[in-house]
Order: sequence, then structure tokens, then C-alpha cells
Amino acid sequence: MGTLDGKTIGELEEIAARYPQKRSGLLPMLHLAQSVEGRITPEAVEKCAEILEISPADVHGVATFYTMYKRHGVGDFHVGVCTNTLCAVMGGDEILARLKDHLGVANDEVAPKRQGDQYTVSLEHVECNAACDYAPVMMVNWEFLDNQTPDSAVRTVEALRAGHPVRSTRGPRLCTWREAERVLAGFPDDLVDDGPAAGPASLAGLEIARERGWTAPGGDGQAPAETTTASKQQAAGTADTQRAESETVEETSGTDEAAAEKPEAK
Amino acid sequence: MVSTSSTGPLTPVLTDNWDVEQSWKLSSYAGRGGYEAVDVALGMAPDDVIAAVKDSGLRGRGGAGFPTGMKWSFIPQDNPNPKYLVVNADESEPGTCKDIPLMMANPHVLVEGVIISSYAIRANKAFIYVRGEVLHVIRRVQAAVAEAYAAGHLGKDIHGTGYDLDVVVHAGAGAYICGEETALLEGLEGRRGQPRLRPPFPAVAGLYASPTVINNVESIASVPAIIKNGADWFSSMGTEKSKGHGIFSLSGHVERPGQYEAPLGITLRELLDLAGGVRAGHELKFWTPGGSSTPLLTPEHLDVPLDFEGVGAAGSMLGTRALQIFDETVCVIRAVLRWTEFYKHESCGKCTPCREGTWWLVQALTRLEHGDGGEADLDQLLDQCDNILGRAFCALGDGATSPISSSVKYFRDEYLAHLSHGGCPFDPARSTAWAQAEVTA
Repeated sequence: MGTLDGKTIGELEEIAARYPQKRSGLLPMLHLAQSVEGRITPEAVEKCAEILEISPADVHGVATFYTMYKRHGVGDFHVGVCTNTLCAVMGGDEILARLKDHLGVANDEVAPKRQGDQYTVSLEHVECNAACDYAPVMMVNWEFLDNQTPDSAVRTVEALRAGHPVRSTRGPRLCTWREAERVLAGFPDDLVDDGPAAGPASLAGLEIARERGWTAPGGDGQAPAETTTASKQQAAGTADTQRAESETVEETSGTDEAAAEKPEAK
Repeated sequence: MVSTSSTGPLTPVLTDNWDVEQSWKLSSYAGRGGYEAVDVALGMAPDDVIAAVKDSGLRGRGGAGFPTGMKWSFIPQDNPNPKYLVVNADESEPGTCKDIPLMMANPHVLVEGVIISSYAIRANKAFIYVRGEVLHVIRRVQAAVAEAYAAGHLGKDIHGTGYDLDVVVHAGAGAYICGEETALLEGLEGRRGQPRLRPPFPAVAGLYASPTVINNVESIASVPAIIKNGADWFSSMGTEKSKGHGIFSLSGHVERPGQYEAPLGITLRELLDLAGGVRAGHELKFWTPGGSSTPLLTPEHLDVPLDFEGVGAAGSMLGTRALQIFDETVCVIRAVLRWTEFYKHESCGKCTPCREGTWWLVQALTRLEHGDGGEADLDQLLDQCDNILGRAFCALGDGATSPISSSVKYFRDEYLAHLSHGGCPFDPARSTAWAQAEVTA
């Protein structure tokens, strides 16, 4: 049952060695353990404790303190709906309720894998994820899906279960939860240059400043020459939900317009 | 595109390259003068860098507003232990959403700020503690650090000056409390994120019991422009005691939510004008000036200068300039209850007033939201707040009482209406982003 092979143990030791005192590596080490085993297993707790020369109880105490560590498995795609006040008011409560109903799960559960499903989906409500200007917000494997609606959320989880590619509204095509955990452990993938620099709301003030020639003191008031059409297009569309929906689920968008609007970062 | 320019109500500095293609890349950042401030700083004595930041008037952008240069000067340079810089990138305060887009679009300005700040406090090791729940932001920061190493901006003998600096990007794992600086240090040391008793302050005994500066992302990112353009340039923006530019984050029931970088002292009325106002057909009911831990304000505060002094005088705090806008469709008790549930969930459990108190606050507020109980319950709720405020181990407990006491202050009648109505008189469907625009007669 143990899956902590020599490579993983080597990587756990490598994480610990990044720090002046190796115990500092524990949080990313637990992320790595989750990327390999899909959750925090007793074996991973023992191994981290052994490497760091602390007790398994110490490791377990840490693993149970932080909400991103899971003692039970999550889906290939872990969906988090923000239900902190602002997102809740803007519709997060409705989105969460619809997804619970649609998936037939309670909070922090994995939806059953149906015949024909490629991947599993799990659901939990999350606290403020620092994207309030895109409310209501849904996270999938800790990537942003901005300006969601109950319908867009259902379409997204169905696309994920079916194995269709889904793109973050401000990031790359979604990877699996285990792949995401590996990046959090400090082992980057090759997706950094996907997605835009900023979403439309992030650029709201800058656009007004550009239009009106406002700058900080000493500025030349010129928009940078290298401003891209992609970012302009992207900024031009306000964060309307129709667009968020069509962009989010590539496979189900079905319109050329949506494809044309999609910002290409490359 | 206009050809004339002027210093206007908005002053893009940190946000100025967010519309540039691949702005997160070193080539893009360097092409716009990036990393030139490192040369300026490394040509100065470290104490002169500290003096420049002091003179600029930069105050911490993470909420507390402590003067950044003064914080740096508290590092005891005769302490034989290594010095550390830790960047607090654990942005989690409800409503706060400025550091995440900053690191997504412009991670190199943070890395450049880390180099200059570390040099000033004579640190050779720095950590960027990013909350774990923002995968793509972590990718961007990891890549920026890697690019900076490859270009010789980090590592040994930076720019041939003999100065060495290593930077580690550290992903958190989900804990609001780790935004509290000593809890963050616990997390960074591989422990449960529970705050430490102060004193000793981190400047004396921080990470690994060594002298440590902990600064917010936006504070550190503001440093390169101060060094490059001068302290006077920075202090020419803002108000008498709140200098410089800051990112204001508008969210909620506003026509154009988003990030607006402006001098401190701008008002919500001015920001709402730029953002197209409260959503069509509705009016402002209440707002937070700086996240959920800052007492609520109302339309009567639209002209309060959004600087540390102005918001303080209005009975709240500038905090993180997280302006959450709620219109008249929102039940203030529902809003406050949800925040209170958040504080209960995020209480680290270390001290009794917060651990037990936030649990009881949820019970009391839930009863009131359901219209149960009487006016005496409202008084008891305020009494509970009194027993937490100032008695909790850290600011989380204090912050938990802010939305409650301020909402009772401004909306006591609405609490009473729940009691007389036998429940919440509001329809939550009307506040959603997809609710039909209504015309109020």
C-alpha cells in the first residue's frame, strides 16, 4: 500500500534541505506527500517525522491544523466554492447549494464516479480566496474560476468529470489535484506562462488611468507600446458571466466567438 | 491614447505594467527599467537605504500601517545571528485581493523589493510565504525567483557587489491565522500556525529566534520605486501622515469592481465615481474600508479620506483598503454572521476568549438572524464582544468583534426587525450578481 518510493523520499529530503532548519520543510513536504498518495497517510506522517527527526505526533498536529491537508481522499478535481460574506452574497451560497444538489454530496465529500466518467470531483466551501473583485468565485485545484453562476459551475464539474479540458479564467488549463500539490511542494510544472497577466477586474483602474492620461508623478502617461491586443480584448469585456462561462468550459463553449475571445498568452 | 499626462486621482506604479504582454517575465520587467533600483541600492550603504525608506513615509501595506523603515531599523545589527526577511504573502483577510493579482502580473517587482530590503537589513536569506490556495500565483513567483537567479539578481555576488542573497518561495497550506506575523513564522518553522507571545518581537527574535523583518507584499514591492525615484517622489503622493500610493480593491455591488491604485487619502466617493457607482438601480448600504476586521462604515462616510488617520477618526481602520460594497438588498446580519463563522473556523484555538468566544458569537448571531430571542440577546452579544476585544492573544479575536459591534451601532433597527419579523426579512436572491436590475421608485 505504501507508495513513498525512493524518488519521493529523496524529494522530501530535498525540500527539507532548502531551509536553514529542516523542520521548515514540513508544510511543502506534506504537499508533496499528498501529490503522491492523494491524502496525508500514516506512512507519510511517519516518513516526514523520520526525515525531520521529530515525533509523528508533531507531524500529525501540523497536518490536522491546515485545511489544505486531507486525511481522506479528494477528487481528481477539488472544487471549492467561496462562501465568505462577499461571495456568498453575490451568489456563492446559491452556487454551493446547486453543486451539492447536482453532485449529491455534502460538504467536503467526493462525488461518486459514474459509468463513463473520466475523473472524480469533490466539493467543499472555502473561505475568502483573495479574488473578491471577481465574485462569486470558485476554485478548482486552487486555480481561479471567476464570476461564476450556478449554471456555469454545473457545466464545469460535468466537463471535468467527462475529461474535457477546462481552463482557469485567469490561468492555465486545469491540472489534477495531485499535480497541483506537487507545484505547491516547490516542484514547478511548465504552465507558468499560460493564462493572462491579469483579468479584467484587475485592470479596471489601470484602464481608466490610461484613458485619461493619469500617471504617478514623473510618468509619461503613455500606455506601454507592447500592450497586447489580447489583454485589450480581455479588458474590454467586463466580467460578465456569459463570457466567464463560455471561456471556462472550452469543450462546451461551442462558439467561435468564445474561442476568439480567449486570451492567448503565448 | 492621450499624449498629455498628469498626476491624477489614479497613480499606477505597482499596477503600471499589468497590461503589458507577459508582464510576469523578466524580459518584460527589465525592459521597463526593472532591477535598476537594485544597482542604486547596492551602491548605497544599507543604513542609507533604510533612511530613504523612512524618509519616504512608507507605512506597512498589510493593514497595520507601521512605518516600514522604522521596522527595519529595529533589527539589532550587533546580534550575531543571521538576519532574515520574510514576505507575508498570505493574503486572506476577507475582501482583500490586491497582493494576489500583483504577484500574478508583476512578481519581479516583489523579487526586486526583496533584494533591496534584504540588503538594507543585512539578510542573506529571504522567504516569500504565499498562501497555498493560489496555484498560478505560486507558479509566477517561483518562476520569477528562478529567472532572477539565472540573471544574477539573486545568489552569490549579486551584480558584482559581493552581496549574497537566497530566496525560498514557501507555500502555505490553508490557515487565515498565518497572516498574523508570528503565526506565519510558526508555519514557516513547520509548526501549527499559532501566534507567539510578544515581546520578544520578531525584530529581535523572529524566525529561528533570529532578527527578522516581516513585511506585506505591497510594502516590499513599493521599495524599488522609492529607491529609484527618491523618497520625495513617494511622499509627494498621499496625505500628511499617510504617504504614497496604494492599491484600493473595490468589490461587491459596484459597477466596475477591481483594483484602483491611487494616493492614500482618496475617498470612496471618488473611487465609486471612477468605478461607475454602486450597481445600477441600487444604493450603498454599508462597506468595509479594509477587510472584514475593520468596523463597517455607511454612506455617511463616503467622503472620509482613505488614509490611516481619516479612517481611524471615522471609527474604523484603513486596513488593507479592501472596499467591499454592499447595497440595500443585503441583510447586514447575514453578512456579519458569515464573517463570524469565518473567524470561528479560523480561530487557532490557542487562547480561550477567541476559541470559545467566536463559537458563542456564532450561536448568538444565528439566533438573532432567525428572529429568535429578544432585545436582551442583542445586549448579550455586545457583552460577548466586550469580553473578547482586548482580551484575545492576537488581533484575530479583536477583528471578530469589529463587524458585530459596528453593525449593531449603525443597524440596531435591522437586528430588531429580525425579532419582530420572526426571521430575516431579506430575500438573498436579490443580492446575487445575476439578480435582475431593479428600478427603485
